[in-house]
Amino acid sequence: MASPAVTPPGLPLSAVPAAAASALVVRRGGRVILDGLTFTIASGRVTGLLGPSGCGKTTLMRALVGVQMITAGQVELLGLPAGDPRLRHRVGYATQDQAVYTDLTLAENLRYFGAVLGLARARRADAFARIVAELDLGGLENRLVGTFSGGQLARAGLAVALLGQPELLVLDEPTVGLDPVLRRDLWAMFHRLAAAGTSLVVSSHVMDEAARCDDLLFMREGRFLAAATPQEMLARTSTADLESAFLSLASRSEPAQL
Amino acid sequence: MIAAASNVAAPVRWALTWATARRVLEQLRHDPRTIAMMIAVPAVLMILLRYVLDSPVALNRFAPEFIGVFPFVVMFIVAAVTTQRERARGTLERLMAMPMGKLDLLLGYAIAFGVVACVQVGVVLAVSLTWLGVQLPGSVVTLVMVAVLDALLGMSLGLFASAFARTEFQAVQFMPAFVLPQALLCGIVVARDQMTPALRWLSDALPLSYAVDAMQQISTGASWAGPVNRDIGVILGFTAAALIGGALTLRRRTR
Repeated sequence: MASPAVTPPGLPLSAVPAAAASALVVRRGGRVILDGLTFTIASGRVTGLLGPSGCGKTTLMRALVGVQMITAGQVELLGLPAGDPRLRHRVGYATQDQAVYTDLTLAENLRYFGAVLGLARARRADAFARIVAELDLGGLENRLVGTFSGGQLARAGLAVALLGQPELLVLDEPTVGLDPVLRRDLWAMFHRLAAAGTSLVVSSHVMDEAARCDDLLFMREGRFLAAATPQEMLARTSTADLESAFLSLASRSEPAQL
Repeated sequence: MIAAASNVAAPVRWALTWATARRVLEQLRHDPRTIAMMIAVPAVLMILLRYVLDSPVALNRFAPEFIGVFPFVVMFIVAAVTTQRERARGTLERLMAMPMGKLDLLLGYAIAFGVVACVQVGVVLAVSLTWLGVQLPGSVVTLVMVAVLDALLGMSLGLFASAFARTEFQAVQFMPAFVLPQALLCGIVVARDQMTPALRWLSDALPLSYAVDAMQQISTGASWAGPVNRDIGVILGFTAAALIGGALTLRRRTR
């Protein structure tokens, strides 16, 4: 029996959402981290997951890539249940703490993770050159990652996530603490990737990054305040900037205080 | 995609195993001080032992046992700390989100540490047999093999123990907690047949006892005799059990 969730061959990719969840609950140590989230993330777009530190962004991203135990609900990526072994080639994940080997050079990191992703030897050199150029890491290939600056380290983590040319990229706060010029360049790259068909989910707690996303998920205390495009967020709240929109939505979600 | 799906059932994918072994060795290569200590410390301790005992008869008896215990202890610490780091730095989580098999990862570690153990045992053995004049009636090949198996045993127990360490400090503390009781009960300090029944029983249940017993057999001239084979079997059994235990502690999904 074919599960309805599995994409029939030949169906255009855009017909399947990049990710979807229904009534997703994660509880940890008696605390509710994700409180019944239901959402759809469109493919080929940059979706921003915006909310304050500790609101559950990282847990949600971990649930998406299938490394988080979930208490209830369903999560699907590219039409497959999260954590399905077939997704391991198709989803790229960059954690907040970079998760690269600091006691290896950049080239050694890329070669190892490239081998893990099963990149053919012939394709590997091309993939490395493309990523090193894209992330402006040229000249750093033979330096130990442990000697990198914060910005270089963040890009090294991204480089590994981009290695396998995944269909879906899940990036946890990839631009935090970076130089504004570098941040602008990274957002430009995210949009280039999206234009080429990659779906991206990017988290941030910095509201001025919200405007750079195609779609927004505003998150607070394990729940969504709203899911819309930046323009819709402003229109819905009659505000001039997304920070005010967030505040307006946050106060509406607390009827007890009104 | 079909190829990817068929990968799931494959028990070991050697490309991933080799890549992991190479990566672990590259990490060590960038840390020459650790390599120097791993290689030199057992040899230096052996030299110290030679002068502390100051008796060729006693040295001939103790040297093989120590050659069996050093790699076990060193590999236990190195493996416990390396794996704990892998967990704490998020690289394990990244690998688990990638098409990396748990067995591929563990065998990669085993190969890399096995190579290091060979060098370590080779150096301490060369120093012992030449400079220190240790006489070995048994087979050198058997001794090296048992010593490398001891190293792999220490490595697999270290991997397993690291699952219960939240910090590198804790991982290092497991050395005295896991290893020192075994060192006391393995038959070096007191012969096993002179222990009280309860201690003897405990000694029988601990893997290092078999490592030391094998070395004692070899040092008295028995090479491929039954007792050595039995000891090797027990060491391999403990290693396999610890690796399976280690694989079970590598979770794809965590809380």
